[in-house]
Amino acid sequence: MQRMEETDRLNPGEERLRQLLMRGLAGDAPAYHGFLQELSAHLRAFLRKRLARLPDEVEDLVQESLLAIHNQRHTYDAGQPLTAWVHAIAKYKLIDLLRRRARRDLLTDPLDDEFDLASSVATEAAEAHRDLHKLLEQLPDRQRLPIIHMKLEGLSAAEAAQVTGMSESAVKVGVHRGLKVLAAMIRGDA
Amino acid sequence: MRTDDLVAMLATGVEAVAPGAAMRRCAMALGWGVLGAAALMVVLLEVRHDLAAAVLLPMFWIKLAFVAGLVAASLLAVLRLSRPGLRLAWVPGALAAPVLAMWLLAGSVLMRADAPQRVQMFFGETWASCPFLVALLSAPAFVALLWAMRGLAPTRLRLAGAAAGFLSGAIGALVYSLHCPEMEAPFLGFWYLAGMLIPTAVGALLGPRLLRW
Repeated sequence: MQRMEETDRLNPGEERLRQLLMRGLAGDAPAYHGFLQELSAHLRAFLRKRLARLPDEVEDLVQESLLAIHNQRHTYDAGQPLTAWVHAIAKYKLIDLLRRRARRDLLTDPLDDEFDLASSVATEAAEAHRDLHKLLEQLPDRQRLPIIHMKLEGLSAAEAAQVTGMSESAVKVGVHRGLKVLAAMIRGDA
Repeated sequence: MRTDDLVAMLATGVEAVAPGAAMRRCAMALGWGVLGAAALMVVLLEVRHDLAAAVLLPMFWIKLAFVAGLVAASLLAVLRLSRPGLRLAWVPGALAAPVLAMWLLAGSVLMRADAPQRVQMFFGETWASCPFLVALLSAPAFVALLWAMRGLAPTRLRLAGAAAGFLSGAIGALVYSLHCPEMEAPFLGFWYLAGMLIPTAVGALLGPRLLRW
């Protein structure tokens, strides 16, 4: 482990952010929303610095990292610095993206978009290029419908079960699995 | 989808996460791995007949302690490598300690033995089958641990796969040691370790493919 000590902390309020996450892990949705909201700004800064040559990829990677953090949130250990956990996930997703690109560039021309003057310069929250809505539409019904009703329309599990005719536990499993499949689609595995 | 919309979507109706979910998953895999190895051993091999006599010998317990130490150290490695941002820190040292201790013991008994004895100590009766039987008994734990890790979030996939492989190898060796009649340190320090390294290599090979998330 000769890795360098990570110097850039999740600036001032790491402890406050950690509290929001802990409350989110206990099922407090507004706290969890606040956590993800603040985290996305931090991730954007973190990834922009490391993806200076690919500004167009930053927002997609912010979204992919947020989804990864959500899907693996059970791996956060309460005694662990939040920064280390978040940065390890963001770096993992960053490296995964670079590998994917390297593989793709082997098949196409590697020199085309490196210095493209027309490529947009990232201002605040740049647009993501990949549309998660479109990926959502490709999910099978047993995952897509629970996500639409529970996560987008904000119905409870019981209400979503009623609308879809699925059982309540099947609805919950559908949300959980669907978000994982979404992450797999992004990395090109599904 | 805008990032703010994604954030809202992920937070809406979010479920509570049971504390200790990650640990429970590993514990379950470990339990299945041990049970599976024990079942394979009883069905395919059988417990050594002189077990009652063997437990009176110090070397039996040294052998068990060697393997149990490796199980404990590699379990720590698996737990740390399964979650983002945890460092291995002193775990590689803990993994090396039982091996070095066994090699020291092996060196000292080999020095005191004469040449034909040395060959016997190193090869025993079962050197040709031992590593493969250890690897065979590791299979249930190997599958269970990779399943558990797939539900967690390893970020160094090759290393994580190797650690899961080594842990399953150590579990296989632990169960195998109840069958195996060999008691000499040179044998244990080489052939047992070789057996554990088979699933380790397979894990390192499969890790990047199977553990990606």
